[in-house]
Amino acid sequence: MKKTYILEDLDCAHCAAKIETAVSRLDGVEKCTVTFLTQKLVIEAEEEKIPQITKEIKSIVKKTEPDVTVIEK
Amino acid sequence: MTKKLKKRLKKILAGAAVLVCAVLAAGLPGELYRYASFVLFLAAYVIVGGDVVKNAIVNIGHGQVFDENFLMTLATVGAFFVGDYPEAVAVMLFYQVGEWFQSYAVNKSRKSITELMDIRPDYANVLRDGSEETVEPDEVAMGEHIVVKPGERIPLDGIIRRGNSSLDTMALTGESMPREVLCGDEVISGCVNLQGVLEIEVTKEFGDSTVSKILNLVESASSRKAEAENFITKFARYYTPIVVVCAALLAVLPPLVLSVLVGQNAQAVPVTGAVWADWIYRALTFLVISCPCALVISIPLSFFGGLGGASREGILIKGSNYLEALAEAESVVMDKTGTLTRGTFAVSQIVTAPDADCTKEKLLELAAYAESYSNHPISKSLLAAYGKEIDSSRIERAEEIAGNGVHVCVDGKEVYAGNTRLMEEQQIQPLPARETGTVVHVACAGCYLGYILIADEIKEDAAEAVQALKAAGIRQIVMLTGDRKETAEDVAGRLGITEVYAELLPGDKVDRMEELMQKKSAKGKLLFVGDGINDAPVLARADIGIAMGGLGSDAAIEAADVVIMTDEPSKLARAMQISHKTLRIVKQNIVFALGVKILVLLLAAAGIASMWAAVFADVGVAVIAILNAMRALKA
Repeated sequence: MKKTYILEDLDCAHCAAKIETAVSRLDGVEKCTVTFLTQKLVIEAEEEKIPQITKEIKSIVKKTEPDVTVIEK
Repeated sequence: MTKKLKKRLKKILAGAAVLVCAVLAAGLPGELYRYASFVLFLAAYVIVGGDVVKNAIVNIGHGQVFDENFLMTLATVGAFFVGDYPEAVAVMLFYQVGEWFQSYAVNKSRKSITELMDIRPDYANVLRDGSEETVEPDEVAMGEHIVVKPGERIPLDGIIRRGNSSLDTMALTGESMPREVLCGDEVISGCVNLQGVLEIEVTKEFGDSTVSKILNLVESASSRKAEAENFITKFARYYTPIVVVCAALLAVLPPLVLSVLVGQNAQAVPVTGAVWADWIYRALTFLVISCPCALVISIPLSFFGGLGGASREGILIKGSNYLEALAEAESVVMDKTGTLTRGTFAVSQIVTAPDADCTKEKLLELAAYAESYSNHPISKSLLAAYGKEIDSSRIERAEEIAGNGVHVCVDGKEVYAGNTRLMEEQQIQPLPARETGTVVHVACAGCYLGYILIADEIKEDAAEAVQALKAAGIRQIVMLTGDRKETAEDVAGRLGITEVYAELLPGDKVDRMEELMQKKSAKGKLLFVGDGINDAPVLARADIGIAMGGLGSDAAIEAADVVIMTDEPSKLARAMQISHKTLRIVKQNIVFALGVKILVLLLAAAGIASMWAAVFADVGVAVIAILNAMRALKA
């Protein structure tokens, strides 16, 4: 299943790459792309694991760039 | 400007003001002023750099050591300890100013790119139970009727059921001429209705509508990364740790080596704390330069700008990698029908027999009347060229002679219109037609009048397109077609294409493609341009598959790597120009950013560059590179 998140106030391209790498490694995530310019994080993941993944994405983002707000779409 | 940016700007200005006071106080004599200035420096540092220090500490808690917050904190706190108070604050201030500009520029470019793609309709006026309701476009079901008023954007694909108008397709095709639409025509979402009120029957749900497809395509395009982007990501991974290690070595090794040397030589000046401070300062300067941000931001931004600029002209490129590859094009293979020619038949020539007493207009009129009962594409193009109403009372006894033509009685005279065989059957000697295309001979009352040539029209800009490709350094231009050899060679000759493969079945096209792919050099890319109908396998086989006239053709949008929304083959050369320009900008940014950084690193190691230069090498370069990247957006 595909799911999109908006990373509001994503300002640092290097952090975007770090977030992408970290989320890709999460359990249940098949693919993850962060597009710095559109501030979008798109994952392909197993549907039943999505709530858990969402929680982990939020914590990863908080660690990498504290100013960014994660909005589910 | 966003709220966050405004807040940051205020902090920067306040910090700068306090810094000025501190510097003034430091210049005054007396112990008291010295303390006051120190307090002021500290206050300025906290105002400007407090967030950076906080983030650095928080991130270390998360196990992230080498981020730029940490590096800046280390460098400036280090400068404080070495006793360079003004420099510590100023460097932090300058860093924040640079960061601010960076965010501002990124925001701005984000905005201009999204404005460029501003084709998303906000609402739809749907007709339900006889009244209009305004709803989100994705709430409209297939088969419902929507109303689009002048000035509104068509929200969903459909067929016009009431009203005529002209549409502005600029946002989709880059074409500035409005397109006329009549009742019964298919229209696509994203166009702006210019004149009349239209009632449209929805044929596709929002998710399948053209506008959603295009937006998806453009937005996901930057996630297919170009080689240059991958290189930068990889580079960034090694660059920072290497510079940090160098900095550590620079702080410790030279003074140690000096100490050892001094220890061996009694006359030498002993290594004092000042020497250590000097080398630590140089090392701190290194740390400031160690962030690869200029590159990491500006390279994807350049590609994104290039993709955005191209889509503004009606060229949709599905990924940065294709944008990059377009510049390496070596051969271009083009389909004929629908790509170089319109794919529709039209009267291209009217030739009257020298001994017949007949004008060209009369000849066309007779032919149009004769063919008016037929549904054949040929007769449609005759009627279109004639352009007047057919008065059916003038026609009697229409009879189709299968495969050869028609026989009718117009104004009481026997008219035959058809091919050479039909004429010969009637013992009429037609003129030999040398041109390629379909020939309709016309005879009236036993006399041969002349013939009308119907041919597929070459697109207006086709010759220009071929010229532009040659000028852009394409070594080989090949035309593939399923059409007859004579027609193919005629078209190729007029366009200046020398390599032609005609009379190919769809399977043959793929075989030819394989051959051409084998012959090209390893680095050069082979482009295939087709109209997306029947050539999906060939589109897929080429290095870059380009579909023409993407409007409304789902197959083309799916199969191709690049979609040219208009019917103009000249856009191909334009796409290559955009690609070249984008890559030029990317190269400039890589060379400039790395060049300045390496230069400042060397100068810093030699003790010539101050921390100021280092901050410039970090954020100043990033801002300049971003501004340069923005040029890619302007075509």
